[in-house]
Amino acid sequence: MANPGEALRGKVAIVGAADTEVGVLPGRTPMELCVEAALAAIEDAGLKRTDVDGLLTCNAMAQPLMYHAEAMAEYMQIFPRYCLSVGAGGGTTFSVVHHAASAIVTGMADVVVIAMGDSLRSSLTRDQAMQVQASTGHPQFEQPYGATVPAYYALIAQAHMAEYGTTPEQLAGIAVACRQHAARNPAAQMRELITVEDVLASRLIADPLHLLDCSLVSDGGSAIVLCSAERAADLRHDPVYLLGAGEGHTHEHISAAHSLTTSAAREAGQRAYAMAGLQPTDMDFAQLYDCFTPTVLVELEDLGFCDKGEGGAFVDSGALGPGGALPVNTHGGLLSHCHPGNPGSMFALTESVWQLRHAAGERQVENARCGLVHAQGGIMSSHTALILSREVA
Amino acid sequence: MTASQPAKITPTSTALAEAYWEGCRQGELRLQQCDSCERHQFYPRVLCTHCGGDALSWRAVSGRGLVASFTVVRRGISKAYPAPYVVALIDLEEGPRMMSNIIVDDPQQVAVGSAVSVTFQPWGGDHVLPVFELARVDS
Ligand SMILES: [Zn+2]
Repeated sequence: MANPGEALRGKVAIVGAADTEVGVLPGRTPMELCVEAALAAIEDAGLKRTDVDGLLTCNAMAQPLMYHAEAMAEYMQIFPRYCLSVGAGGGTTFSVVHHAASAIVTGMADVVVIAMGDSLRSSLTRDQAMQVQASTGHPQFEQPYGATVPAYYALIAQAHMAEYGTTPEQLAGIAVACRQHAARNPAAQMRELITVEDVLASRLIADPLHLLDCSLVSDGGSAIVLCSAERAADLRHDPVYLLGAGEGHTHEHISAAHSLTTSAAREAGQRAYAMAGLQPTDMDFAQLYDCFTPTVLVELEDLGFCDKGEGGAFVDSGALGPGGALPVNTHGGLLSHCHPGNPGSMFALTESVWQLRHAAGERQVENARCGLVHAQGGIMSSHTALILSREVA
Repeated sequence: MTASQPAKITPTSTALAEAYWEGCRQGELRLQQCDSCERHQFYPRVLCTHCGGDALSWRAVSGRGLVASFTVVRRGISKAYPAPYVVALIDLEEGPRMMSNIIVDDPQQVAVGSAVSVTFQPWGGDHVLPVFELARVDS
């Protein structure tokens, strides 16, 4: 099979990365968080604001703007030639990295900033919060039945349990592993260690999901800077190269998914591995979208880290935690680091940059050379997998 | 109705789906069936998702199905939805899958694979929605 990613492989690098503080940040608007992160990422790259000629953002739920990217460029007084706000839910982050890389390789832009911020925790009004819940799902054929966001994901968990014998304890093990990582990350919102028993003792939200199977609600912003690998060689930090990128899109509404237990993370992963010329066993860590514990379970299987149906056993093996065979969500993930909504995966991306620069402090994965990051949006609808490395080879 | 009365989420209406909602008001679950390949589909569309045909007719169906997955919502989406309640994906006998509620006294009785059958509930205004009950086990 022809390698459709040949033109992109290793041609683009992440050269700047920054997060704002995360957690509970009252009084800071999503735009302020977004701009603060962008400026810090540009500074981290050793570039100037005026070097930026591409800007990719996503909208903020707490401060919705019709033309978000344009509004941000205006706020910063930059005048990009490539400027776009994208909406693919939690999958937006990595989908736009894929697009940014294409834009750089085709000459649409030289220096692209991807910046996202939101303040779901402090700024969302009651009506907006209700709207977020109620607008998930098909407006005619799903929403009236009153499924909450956790309920949609619970349908996936329940199907996996029925089909493969996965247990609530195994789902809980994912939350426990993320918290172990977060305990080593001073920036994480929740750092106190938890046990499987703690997860199971937390209150049921939508069977089989307990409160601690659900991600956090946070404020925060994050940004990265990308440019060509050539230009990256002259910048401040070791470049983090994009070796693989793949997407998969199967449905929008969970009732229209062809499978509840196998997702398009499989196609996304296959495409990213093919482009990178690498395999799951080559990954030193993985950052997997963890809005709820069952997403990680399905992603571990679909991205080839274990066989289909073996996700629970893989969690039981201790692979996901610090020092495990496949550390997952080394910053703590959406479950323990922070989750400000659509920007959530940005923090998995900046974390991967620090891991691959060998600058992740106490939580550094030893000799990390290569990592996979994955995110999904909708209800397991829109998937993107990226393979990042400190080496082009 | 007073302004403070909590209202359930009602489906937006489209001309294409009117036959579906009219069926519900008459106590009949209707699906689109393709005139060419004779397969059923849900939700209603302007094309057959199986063969691409555009000649589709509305047919009353059995209303019987199996639970593909379900959850018990413990924190309702609003005051109009008193928890706990069951949200489920139902695989209909005719093929399509749909989301619905399963109306049951004890949610513990629901399992993946449970047989269910349709019934209809008023949903506010002139809206009537299909919901499901556990099928009676013949002894
Ligand atoms: Zn057909």
